[in-house]
Amino acid sequence: MLFRLLRTALLETVWMVAVSGGISIVLGTLVGAALVFFSDPGLGRDWPINRIFRIDQVLSAIVNVGRSLPFLVLMVAIIPLTRLLVGTSIGTQAAIVPLSIGAIPFAARVVESSMRGVDRGVVEAALVMGASPMEVLFKVMFPEALPSLVLGFTLTLVSLVSFSAMAGAVGGGGLGDLAIRYGYQRFRTDVMIATVVVLIVLVQSIQWVGQAISVAVDRKR
Amino acid sequence: MIGLEDVSKKYPGQAAPALNGVSFAVEQGDICGIVGLSGAGKSTLIRCITGLERVDRGAIYVGDVDITKLRGAELRQAQRRLGVVFQHFNLLSHRTALGNVMFPLEIARTPAREARRRAEELLDVVGLADKRDTYPAKLSGGQQQRVGIARALATNPDVLLCDEPTSALDPITTQSILELIRQVNADFGVTVLIVTHQLSITQQVCGSLVVIDEGQIVEKGPAQEVLRTPSSRILKAMVTTLSWS
Repeated sequence: MLFRLLRTALLETVWMVAVSGGISIVLGTLVGAALVFFSDPGLGRDWPINRIFRIDQVLSAIVNVGRSLPFLVLMVAIIPLTRLLVGTSIGTQAAIVPLSIGAIPFAARVVESSMRGVDRGVVEAALVMGASPMEVLFKVMFPEALPSLVLGFTLTLVSLVSFSAMAGAVGGGGLGDLAIRYGYQRFRTDVMIATVVVLIVLVQSIQWVGQAISVAVDRKR
Repeated sequence: MIGLEDVSKKYPGQAAPALNGVSFAVEQGDICGIVGLSGAGKSTLIRCITGLERVDRGAIYVGDVDITKLRGAELRQAQRRLGVVFQHFNLLSHRTALGNVMFPLEIARTPAREARRRAEELLDVVGLADKRDTYPAKLSGGQQQRVGIARALATNPDVLLCDEPTSALDPITTQSILELIRQVNADFGVTVLIVTHQLSITQQVCGSLVVIDEGQIVEKGPAQEVLRTPSSRILKAMVTTLSWS
């Protein structure tokens, strides 16, 4: 019985983290790249639209708003949006909406800092060779930042595991839900311990895989 | 081949201009040294010539094109007439030596096969034919600078601009890099501009010399002559250090 419960909960957590992770990494990368692109004088800072209003500053403010809401508050606050998108506000599907939205600003900052970590001299070298801003972005900054980006995405996924446990506590399913309903409310210490162990193993695995990929990418250089 | 006319540049928020009415010309095929101490305006000069920084006033001719008048795609086109060698090499860590030399050719939309052939040829020229598939992290400083020089020559530029090309290298490696610069100047006829604070290297390779201090040119002329009879305070001070090195 315990095994079945755990297996279902684990699959729900993995599903939530995988889908919201995919969405937030893709959209977070877009936002993070835009933050860098529109603030860099060599790239898009002097673009015509940016003269009217600074896209990077507007995005940065929005990201800060997203980052300042505790996940629990965000989850409740966007219930109407969740209903609109998936038709319900409870369950694993529903949890994916706030999870993704909560992690996009996080991923965006992670991507931004990875890309700012690329050696300025290398970026300027590409610029003086006549590389266009887009070429600098895609042929220099992304590939140069790749090992660091992979670590950042790993960090995002690990944060999502802990967010997802919170989502579980309010009816989202998954390991957090199991720990609260069985481990806490039904005084099932065995379920509580098992859940904690599974969570630890899950996070360790994500971290291990992420680090291995990052090292593999870096070792080639 | 390359000429500056009354170039001035002041950074916002700074009282003194970084460059103040700088004019000089470098003949085709010459190796010209631009010397000055830290903060003299050398870096700003390079950033203006490479198009990273816009000038406030004046003209910068590369060939017969005034690059200060160009923007966007036109400027990028003109930048390919100029190869730049950097103090800290600035190679792409995710590309091999060959990939790095091919990079400017990709940017210039050279067909892949031709780019590869050209890059291999240039790695031969700089003596790194056996390091084609090696990543920069596994190359020594001198080898990285050789890749940097090959990369700068890839698009067959008229001018090779070397920004402190040997300042990060030991004395022996410095000699071999200077020898390589002299060799490509002779073999390809490329005009060379070496910006440096090391007077000794200008003595070895430069045909002409420009001395810059506080954003202004204080002395210029044939290198040996200028070095023999320095007239500016700054060059006199620098020349006294020469006997030591």
